[in-house]
Amino acid sequence: MELSRLPGFLLRRGVKAVIVILAIVVCNFFLIHAAPGDPASVIAGQSGAADERFLQQLRTQFGLDEPLYVQLWIYIKGVLTLDLGFSHRQQMPVWTLIAERLPATLLLTGAAFAFAVTAGVTLGTLAARRVGTWWDSVITVIALTFYATPLFWVGLMLVLFFSVWLEWLPSFGMATVGADIEGFAAVLDVGKHLLLPALTLGLFYLAVYARLTRATMLEVADQDFVKTARAKGVPENQVVRRHILRNALLPVITFAGIQAGQLIGGSILVETVFAWPGIGRLAFDALLARDYAVLLGVFFCTSVMVVGFNLVTDLLYAVVDPRVEVEG
Amino acid sequence: MSDFWRRFSRNRGAVVGLVILLLVFAIAIFADVLFPGSPWDMATAPFAPPGEDGMLLGSDSLGRNVAAGIAHGARISLMVGAVSTVAALSIGVTLGAIAGYLGGWMDDAVMRFTEFFQTIPSFIFAILLVAIFTPTIHSVVFAIAVVSWPPVARVVRAEFLSLRSREFVQAAEVLGKSRLAIVVTDILPNAMSPIVVLSSLMVASAILLESALSFLGLGDPNLMTWGFLIGSGRSVIRIAWWMSVFPGLAIFVTVLALNLVGEGLSDALNPRLARRRGTAA
Repeated sequence: MELSRLPGFLLRRGVKAVIVILAIVVCNFFLIHAAPGDPASVIAGQSGAADERFLQQLRTQFGLDEPLYVQLWIYIKGVLTLDLGFSHRQQMPVWTLIAERLPATLLLTGAAFAFAVTAGVTLGTLAARRVGTWWDSVITVIALTFYATPLFWVGLMLVLFFSVWLEWLPSFGMATVGADIEGFAAVLDVGKHLLLPALTLGLFYLAVYARLTRATMLEVADQDFVKTARAKGVPENQVVRRHILRNALLPVITFAGIQAGQLIGGSILVETVFAWPGIGRLAFDALLARDYAVLLGVFFCTSVMVVGFNLVTDLLYAVVDPRVEVEG
Repeated sequence: MSDFWRRFSRNRGAVVGLVILLLVFAIAIFADVLFPGSPWDMATAPFAPPGEDGMLLGSDSLGRNVAAGIAHGARISLMVGAVSTVAALSIGVTLGAIAGYLGGWMDDAVMRFTEFFQTIPSFIFAILLVAIFTPTIHSVVFAIAVVSWPPVARVVRAEFLSLRSREFVQAAEVLGKSRLAIVVTDILPNAMSPIVVLSSLMVASAILLESALSFLGLGDPNLMTWGFLIGSGRSVIRIAWWMSVFPGLAIFVTVLALNLVGEGLSDALNPRLARRRGTAA
């Protein structure tokens, strides 16, 4: 794409992202109102007191006696200033709770994503280059297997194998409890704890990327410019790397954007299995406590993350592929 | 029909998948005969390993028979998978048909709405819906349907877009048939193949989604499900591996079978596509 058209493109995508985020806020607002009991009695129940005067006081305090559209406006204003409500159970603002846990989740999803893309694209490339051989079938079977296995169960099986039976790797948490280590040893410790959760989360997407890479590489390999490159006498390795793979990676980028939401959703399950202290674990604890403010906050923050990630992949796609149409 | 079967059975994986699926159906139907009584009742001492005390797959922390739990859980999994897929199909087909047949601003509006649902993290949204509407079998089915319809809407829209300008549709329009009648009797039957293929994959992902929800404790508290079994075995995995291993295998085998059948259906219903794939490979 011509660089001069980039700002307009970005602006349009940005406006779209803002609309999506606003829609999520509105959606959240109506979900609060759909929750059993009115918000005042939920808050009162969570803080352990519920006489009628206290309820009335809460309603006035949170503007719950105002008409619905005024409440919606108050809510939107709150969210835009990062006021995601207050967790009366944990006696902390929701945003503080989430911000505390965010780095752990980013580390986990980032590691899983990097693993899934590298391993998936490599396996997919290998399968595409050896179509119809046993190697291709093995990769197809692996992909099918991880497609059909529940994520949390894969996690449990890895724990059973590597932590319980082999005793190689820790099965829960992010660092060894009570270990007094610093510097490189501490990083290594976190790395050890990260290995199993990242593997669990990554394996499913590895399968997805392997299948996708295989399919698109086969498609691209049939096209004229590849034949031209071969006819020119470009060495086979270079044809695969420069001509086929580079073009086959475009759908992989698109797909990474689409999958971002699922990756974060999956991290709830993985963090629950491995007691990983991220926002997924926070959501699970909030779920057990029926702490709706935290749940809605997690939903909002993860949605914003997905929208942001989609924006990045859109941009990446536009920069990488000169053919991409930038209208709409 | 025989033509369909011939093409389906050419895909060996699909036939294996179909056999497995029929077996799971049989276990679900005959759960009461195979394992009489409630799967929640104590059957033997707690933590009996597989093969001991007449427990084929062992017993759990309260002495309940894991095999009985799996057999009874098969009913819930298959039922949730099927019902939520039907619900998601009805939302997706309706919206996709409106967008594809009417076009214009309606198409735009419906597609923006669909994109919104594809952007939000669907699993977290499903958790939120079930938690807020309290976990019952109805809220689980509702939540799964709400997060699974967008792919259907897209596929149906694409089919309708290409079909609505075809001669037989124009002929029906000239004959003065109502729009609804054209959509239902002329276009929809011709758009069935991709819908059928997609729905087998949707049942599979609905089963996975249901198991994940019950694993997190969001299943119907009165129903024995595979995800619940794994969830209750999680904390005791060091002493009773069988509690989490076998229910997980049940999910894996069922979902794999559904995916294989889906591929077979795709081969059988889109012979042109299958042949094209054959030459490309």
